Amino acid sequence: MKIVVCVNHVPDTETKVKVGADGKLLDPTGINWMLSPYDEFGIEEGLRLKEKNGGEVIAISLGGDANKETLRKSLAMGVDKAVLLKDASVRDSFAVGKALADVCKEISPDIILFGKMSIDYYDEQVPGIVAELLGMSSVSVVVKMEIADGKVICEREIEGGHEKVETELPCVISAQKGLNEPRYPSLKGIMAAKSKPIEEKVPVAIANRVEVLEMRKPADKGAGKILGSDEAAVNELVRLLHEEAKII
Amino acid sequence: MKILVFAEQREGNLKKSALEITSAGKMLATQLNAEVEVLLVGNNVASLASQLNGFGAVKILVGEDARLQTYSTTAYAKAIADVAKQRQANIVLLSASQMGKDLSPRVAVKLEAGLAADCTALKVENGDIVATRPIYAGKAMIDVKVTTATKVFSLRPNVFSALTQNGNATAVEKISLELSDADFSVKAISTSVASGRPDLTEANIVVSGGRGMKGPEHFTLIEQLADAFGGAVGASRAVVDAGWRAHDEQVGQTGKTVSPSLYVACGISGAVQHLAGMSSSKCIVAINKDKDAPIFQIADYGIVGDVFAVLPPLTQEIKKVTGL
Repeated sequence: MKIVVCVNHVPDTETKVKVGADGKLLDPTGINWMLSPYDEFGIEEGLRLKEKNGGEVIAISLGGDANKETLRKSLAMGVDKAVLLKDASVRDSFAVGKALADVCKEISPDIILFGKMSIDYYDEQVPGIVAELLGMSSVSVVVKMEIADGKVICEREIEGGHEKVETELPCVISAQKGLNEPRYPSLKGIMAAKSKPIEEKVPVAIANRVEVLEMRKPADKGAGKILGSDEAAVNELVRLLHEEAKII
Repeated sequence: MKILVFAEQREGNLKKSALEITSAGKMLATQLNAEVEVLLVGNNVASLASQLNGFGAVKILVGEDARLQTYSTTAYAKAIADVAKQRQANIVLLSASQMGKDLSPRVAVKLEAGLAADCTALKVENGDIVATRPIYAGKAMIDVKVTTATKVFSLRPNVFSALTQNGNATAVEKISLELSDADFSVKAISTSVASGRPDLTEANIVVSGGRGMKGPEHFTLIEQLADAFGGAVGASRAVVDAGWRAHDEQVGQTGKTVSPSLYVACGISGAVQHLAGMSSSKCIVAINKDKDAPIFQIADYGIVGDVFAVLPPLTQEIKKVTGL
């Protein structure tokens, strides 16, 4: 089975976001980067599929040289091969999806795994874009999956519940937390990952379809009212919710 | 100029977000001198059209097919894109719900359109639509412009307010959808929607508990307050990782993003990752023993106190007001 896992290199979740000098992008100074948390579920699922069905797992990341760190982590977890689509320019979701779809077309995988979303741009759209560009099926926000005889049965989260979905290989899956428990890289894996080569490819440049005009910090709300801690505070809270905030 | 709004329904129930995005479409249409058409897709959904009356659309298009009884990513996306092409829509609006986020990338690719996802504001400036979307889990906002001729936007649920419905009846037109069996390559075979409390991402009021609840058994206090409000239950990551609550309920950077009218944080200190998931709530109440907890910095109202002492009387008082 040929398994592709797309992984992204993102600022860690503790990052204090500062707006860069151009007013459109993140100021990168002092930021720690990491493998996007949801992508770990994609890698783990890929490794499990290989363990069950044989084949190989290929991790792909789009970005600059820094993304090699995330690819090394993927290799350390047990991925067989890593491909860096080397392009540090800022791409919108469509351009990212197009670059990933192009390389997937060459690889012709049975399954393409993603994390549900990348925790930087937060848009959850790239897996669907890749699937549509490749004319493949896709199931998003998957918490359970099983493959038998080329048939894929998934459980995905929907608003207030779950949905059982059926499709066939090849397909694109985006992983939600809960799909599996990602493994830690073993010491052996970490050592082996250091010497494994990372293949580099340059994606075709295409125009962004979405242009960033301005990046800013959200408006500061200012401190609220502290109502104390006694019974009167509870009554005061209820009064404020009713009369001031007009919520109840 | 034409704006097409995809009105979401699930299991024959129209989503509140359908009214929100129809209203947002009408707001854009007024400024762009455009008209709004609303698209309802499914099986036996014509009766839902009346709920969309009077929100400013010129027409409600109803496309029915027995095979659309259950959700299919591929078939729904094709239906929406086909209708957008036939009606020559320049702008397509969807909800950034689980269904909308599943459909919008496919719809956008089919229409060769740029897509701004999960927008929290739309405005018109010099004839251009400027969309605002939170990034880095709400720690920053970007204003974006879609540069393609056809533009797709998905709008975060609960953020755009629905207009007041007026008495004007909107015309309803049945349209035919050209779907073949091959379009159903992805198909839901069953759906289970938990009954009782509203869904976290759609709820108007969310009551969340954190580590300060001291154990899973004490979440009954959270559930009772949520029920008194008619709201949903949320949880912090620490609580989910400890196995006290299911991941479905996690609010935060690696959980759900919520924008309710009221968010009540109980025993939650307010790690940046948690704030990321709920800071766009309209009114935030924090109940925590530690007066220095970061949650108080973004709370509108705070009670510095023990959740076990505060929650029972608060639930009683809320019940008196809501009658639930």
